[in-house]
Amino acid sequence: MNTKQLYTVIIFSENTVGLLNQITIIFTRRQLNIETLSVSPSAIRGVHKFTITTFAERDMIDKVVKQIDKRVDILKAYYNTDEDLVHQEIALYKVSSELFMKMKGVEELIRKYNARVLEMNEDCLVLEKSGHYAETQALFEELSHSIGVLQFIRSGRIAITKSKVEPLSDMLSAIEKKINTK
Amino acid sequence: MDKTQITGSEALLRTLIAEGVDTIFGYPGGQVIPLYDCLYDYSDRLKHVLVRHEQGATHAAQGYARVSGKTGVVLVTSGPGATNTITGIADAMMDSTPIVVISGQVPSPLLGSDAFQEIDVIGITQPITKWAYQIRKPEEIAWAVSRAFYIASTGRPGPVVIDFAKDAQTGTTDYLYEKVNHIRSYQPFPEMNQGSISAAASLINGAKKPFALVGQGVILSGAEKELLAFLEKADIPAASTALGLSAMPTGYRLNKGMLGMHGNVGPNRKTNDCDVLIAIGMRFDDRVTGNLQAYARQAKIIHFDIDLSEIGKNVTVDVPVLGDAKETLAAVTHLLKPASHTDWIDSFRTDEQEEYEKVIEKEIHPQGDRLQMGEVVRKVSDAANSDAVLVTDVGQNQMMGIRYFRYSRTRSVVTSGGLGTMGFGLPAAIGAKQGAPDRTVCLFTGDGGLQMTLQELGTIMQEKLNVKIIVLNNHYLGMVRQWQELFFDKRYSATTMENPDFVAIARAYGIRSRLATTRRELDEAIAEMFDSDDAYMLVADVETHGMVYPMVPAGAPITHIIMERERK
Repeated sequence: MNTKQLYTVIIFSENTVGLLNQITIIFTRRQLNIETLSVSPSAIRGVHKFTITTFAERDMIDKVVKQIDKRVDILKAYYNTDEDLVHQEIALYKVSSELFMKMKGVEELIRKYNARVLEMNEDCLVLEKSGHYAETQALFEELSHSIGVLQFIRSGRIAITKSKVEPLSDMLSAIEKKINTK
Repeated sequence: MDKTQITGSEALLRTLIAEGVDTIFGYPGGQVIPLYDCLYDYSDRLKHVLVRHEQGATHAAQGYARVSGKTGVVLVTSGPGATNTITGIADAMMDSTPIVVISGQVPSPLLGSDAFQEIDVIGITQPITKWAYQIRKPEEIAWAVSRAFYIASTGRPGPVVIDFAKDAQTGTTDYLYEKVNHIRSYQPFPEMNQGSISAAASLINGAKKPFALVGQGVILSGAEKELLAFLEKADIPAASTALGLSAMPTGYRLNKGMLGMHGNVGPNRKTNDCDVLIAIGMRFDDRVTGNLQAYARQAKIIHFDIDLSEIGKNVTVDVPVLGDAKETLAAVTHLLKPASHTDWIDSFRTDEQEEYEKVIEKEIHPQGDRLQMGEVVRKVSDAANSDAVLVTDVGQNQMMGIRYFRYSRTRSVVTSGGLGTMGFGLPAAIGAKQGAPDRTVCLFTGDGGLQMTLQELGTIMQEKLNVKIIVLNNHYLGMVRQWQELFFDKRYSATTMENPDFVAIARAYGIRSRLATTRRELDEAIAEMFDSDDAYMLVADVETHGMVYPMVPAGAPITHIIMERERK
C-alpha cells in the first residue's frame, strides 16, 4: 500500500481554456511530480485527452484522480498501471552526419532498435525511435557512447487501454441517452 | 422568447434576474462602471448593498446564502477589487457555500498586457472555485452566467467566479436567456446505488450501538425531515459538526450535541464506542476526527455523501452511500427495522453530567465577578427565545457561540468552518439579515475578529440593518492565547490587544451601543438590545483568561479531552 509506483492517469475533458492548470494544481497540492505529460484531441470531436504519468502510492493516486474527475469540465479521469496499457513514447536524436557515416555497425543498430532516419543533410542527421522509456533511453546511451548525440528529445507517454473500448464512449452515450429521455 | 439587441451589462443583469437574484453585495470601480450604470436602471429589481471592502461583500454573500439557501451574488471591480474577494471565495469553497462572484476585467484587447488594474483572476481563483470563467464577448453572457448559477448551486455547492471584460459589458448582443440545467461533463447528483442502500440498512439493522454524525450536507440537501425520520425509526443518537448545527433542534431527544475539538464530551467519546458510525454529509475534517489512527477503529463506518472525492479521503469507509442525502436517507430509512436503543442512548447521560459539572455550569453560572463568554451567549440566546440566527466570527467567540446558543430551526448557524476566517462575522451577519429579514440575527465576535472587518459597520448604518452585535472583548486574541497557555508555557506572543472604545466606534456609526462589565449591566444591555428594531452593539467585557473547554488538542485522539485547568 505504501510503495510508490508509476501510474498513468488518463483524462478526457472538454476543450476549454485553463484546464491544464486545474489539473496540475491538484498534483501540486499533493506534492506529486508529473513525469510525462501528453495532451491532444481524442477520437471524439471536441474532447481532449490528457495522458499523465506520475510516481505515487495507490491510495494517493486514487484520491487525486477523484479530485480531478470532480472538476466541472472533466468528462472522465481514471488511472492504470503499465500492465493494463499499451504505451509508447517517441524520441528524436540528432547526431553528426559525418560521425554517423563512419560509425561501425550502423545497419545493425538501426535494425536492433527499429529506428529510422527522418532527415539528413551535410551536417547532421535525425533519427526517430518510438518505444518504451527503457528502449528510447538505450538507443540514446548507445549513440552517446559511440558518436555523441547533438540533441535529444523525448515525448510524453501516450497510452491506450488493453480493454476493448474507451470507457468514455460508453459514458458519453449513457449521458446522451439520459438527456434525451428527460 | 423576445430576442433584442442589448448591451452586455444589461444582458448580465437580466440573466441575474432570470436566475432569481434580488440582492447583490458589491463595490464599484473602474472596470465595472458600465455595469453599475446599467444597474441604476434596474435598482427596482436588484437591490445593491454597498459594502465597505470587497472581502465584506463575499462574506455577506455567504451569510445570505447560508440562511436563505439561495446563491449569494458579489459584484466587484478588477484588480484589487477581485483580489480582495479571495478570502471569501476560499471560505465558500471550504464550506460548500453557493456564491457567484462577478469581477470586472480590463477590455479584452488589453488582457495579458499588465494594464491598469488587470490581474489574472481566473488563474488565481481556479484552485478555490468550482468553476471560473472569463467572459470576453457579450454573446457568451447568457450562457456563462446561467451556467455559473447552475454549478454554484447544484451537487456539492461552492463558489463560481465570472471575470467580465469591460468590452463585453459595453458591446451589444442578441439576448435570449436560456436556463442551463445540464452540463455533460458535470454530474452534480450521482445516482443512488441500491446495493449500497441495502448494505447500509442491513448494517444499521444489525447495530447495537449506532451513532450518526450530521454534517452540513443535510442542510444543503434540505434533508432535515428525512434525517429525523431516519434517526427516529432506528432510534439512533446523533451529533453535529459545527456546520451541521441546527439541522436538528437543540432540545431534540436524539440530538447529543456537537462533535470535534471543542464539541461535547459524549459525542466524541461515543465515536470510539459505537459499533456502527453513520456519517451524513460531512467530510471527517481533522477538527472533528482528531488523530485518524485512533478514530472509530472499532466501528463499521457508513458514509453518506454527494461528493465521490470525499469518500475514503480521510477515513476508510465500509459502506459508501453516494447521492443526495434527501434521497438516500429516505431510501435507507425505508429499509430500516424500527428499533430501540434505550440503554445506549441513556449511556450518553454520564458524559453529559460530567461535562455539565466540569465545564458548562462554570461557564453559564460562574461564581466569580467577571463575565464569562458562555454566560453571555446563553443569556442572549434565551432572550432571543432560541429562535435567532447565530453568526459568529472565528476563535473563542465562535466556539462559545456555537456551544451555548440554542437552535429551534434549520439554517440558524452562520460560521466559518473549514477556512476559519477571522473577520467573517460582521459582514456575514449583514448578509444573513438580508437573506432572512424576518429573523433576529445575533453576531458573536471577538475584539480581534471585529477589527478585521470593522469598516462594515458603515454598511449596517447605510442599510439600516437590524443586526445584534455582541462583542466578547477579552483584550486578547483569545484562542491563540488559549493555545499559548496550554501548550506554549504561557508565553503570550503577540496576542494582547490594546483596543479602542468600541462603544464610541459604534456610536460614531450611529449604532446604539453599551458596555457591560457586570451581570446587571449585561442583563440591562440585552433587554435594551432586543427592545428596538435597530442595530445594536453590546460590548461585553469578559474574563481575559477565559478558556474554551472541553478541548481535544490538535492531533490527539478524539477521546483525549481536556476538561478544565490543571490545578497546581
